[in-house]
Amino acid sequence: MAVPKRKMSRANTRSRRAQWKTSAPVLVACNNRACRQPKLQHVACPHCGTYDGRQVVQPA
Amino acid sequence: MPKPTKGARLGGSPAHERLLLANLATSLFEHGRIQTTEAKAKRLKPLAERLITKAKRGDLHNRREVLKVIRNKDVLHKLFAEIAPLFAERDGGYTRIIKTMPRKGDNAKMAVIELVRERTVTAEAEKARGTKFAKDAEAAAEQAPAEESTTAAEAKAEESTEAAAEQAEKKDEKKDES
Repeated sequence: MAVPKRKMSRANTRSRRAQWKTSAPVLVACNNRACRQPKLQHVACPHCGTYDGRQVVQPA
Repeated sequence: MPKPTKGARLGGSPAHERLLLANLATSLFEHGRIQTTEAKAKRLKPLAERLITKAKRGDLHNRREVLKVIRNKDVLHKLFAEIAPLFAERDGGYTRIIKTMPRKGDNAKMAVIELVRERTVTAEAEKARGTKFAKDAEAAAEQAPAEESTTAAEAKAEESTEAAAEQAEKKDEKKDES
C-alpha cells in the first residue's frame, strides 16, 4: 500500500485548508404577503410555514 | 443490463433498504404526511404511488401484493378502504414532497411527503359544469311555462284594450295585485 514518505509541513496543511470557504445561502422574500421574511428557495418558509400558498409545517 | 433504481441507496444492504422503505410507506399511509429526509422521501414517492395504484384496483390479488410491503393489516385496510377511494378520479401523482429546513445536528436536507387530498382541477371543473348545466336545464324548464303564461296574459290584455280601455286597466290592476 502506498504511504506518504514525508511529514506534511504545517504551511502546506494550512495552505490547503485556506481554500475551505463557506458561501452565504441565497435568500428570497417569502411569497406569503403577511410574512415577506427572507427564506431559502424551494423550501417551506420557516417563519410562516407556508409553501406555494399552502400551510406545510408549523412555524417554530 | 438492468437499469439501476433512481435515487440514493438507503441503509446498509438491499434487505435493510426494503425494510426502511416499507416502514416509511406504512407510516405515510397511517398518518397521511410524514417528515423525513429528502433522499428517503424521493425514494418513497414511486413506491407509495405504486401501492396506491394497486389499492385502487382493490381485488384480492392486489391486496396480497400490497401485503408484501405493508405488513400492518390495520394500515392495509385503511389504504384499501379510505385512501384508495380518495384518489378515484386522480391519475397518478398521489403524493407531494415539499422541502423543509435542514435538520439541526447533521444539516440533512429534510422534506415533508404527504398524500394529495385536494380534488383535481379537471374533476372540479366537470362537477362545476355539471351543476351549471343542471341549473340551466331546470331554469329553462321553469321559464318555458312561465313565459307562455305571461304571453297569454299579455295577449288577453291587448284584446281587452281593443275591447274596452277600462276593463284593461282593471285587469292590469288585478295583475299588479296578483
